Amino acid sequence: MPTIIIEVMPKAELLDPQGKAVLGALTRTSGVQFSNVRVGKRFELTLDGPVDEATLAAVKRVADDVLCNSVIEDVVAIRPPENAETPS
Amino acid sequence: MTRIGVVTFPGSLDDRDAQRAIRLAGAQPVSLWHGDHDLHDVDAIVLPGGFSYGDYLRCGAIASLSPIMTEIVDAANRGTPVLGICNGFQMLTEAHLLDGGLIRNDSGSFICRDQRLRVENTSTAWSAAFTRGDEITIPLKNGEGAFVADAETLTQLEEEGRVVVRYLEGNPNGSLNDIAGICNARGNVVGLMPHPEHATESGFGPDTPPAMRNGTDGLAFFHSAIAALAAV
Repeated sequence: MPTIIIEVMPKAELLDPQGKAVLGALTRTSGVQFSNVRVGKRFELTLDGPVDEATLAAVKRVADDVLCNSVIEDVVAIRPPENAETPS
Repeated sequence: MTRIGVVTFPGSLDDRDAQRAIRLAGAQPVSLWHGDHDLHDVDAIVLPGGFSYGDYLRCGAIASLSPIMTEIVDAANRGTPVLGICNGFQMLTEAHLLDGGLIRNDSGSFICRDQRLRVENTSTAWSAAFTRGDEITIPLKNGEGAFVADAETLTQLEEEGRVVVRYLEGNPNGSLNDIAGICNARGNVVGLMPHPEHATESGFGPDTPPAMRNGTDGLAFFHSAIAALAAV
């Protein structure tokens, strides 16, 4: 079944306290001095039928209006099925 | 009697506290349901605190798409007083009735404490019963209460005097400019992270110097709306 993947990240200029907490833990456990960690979201939208232009346009709309709040986040990727690595 | 609606969403926690506060302030609370398209002819609306939809997606995001929000946006645009408290504030930003957004506290921790605030705008439907510069104490309890907005929006909010309440004695969450609550341009829609409804009855509020738990500084928010509606 075709799956569309949408990735959303907190805006670069905003503090990401979650990323900061993860950075601390990674530095303690990996021995690697990462300079920054930012945590975002990945949505996998699966359809039963084929994906046409209208569907992709609707996905773009909900990505911008629902899955992302443009005040605090950015949609960084929308991958149509041919470019999405589907879950096994 | 003034009728003030309180909307219950899946995961609302402070809806009954808000109803109680409205009763203590002298108005009639009316229970509203997120799934209805009916405001039951209320004169004002409170969106209460809690964790609607478990804060899934973003705090207040799914609730802001509820059926009743269509009527609330229309009412707000007609000038009906709307107050969003905590999760309700988050819903109002998600519904684009208020500017900016709320993100995770800079400390990464949930903060629960009695919070000092300064009232800076007393021309809104929910703050007119205060005197400008009043310093008050009401409870604050949130994990995602850091108010953010782009530089242009922030400047506009400040220049237009749309910061209603500002944190005093320490910024609890990293909110830009210590902002605790704001209003829309018309002043009928107000959102704030701290909880006025938890400071409305002596014996059940924040501690004050004279006595434990007798703070009632939150009442004036509700008195403001009742007076504003009586003046219409």
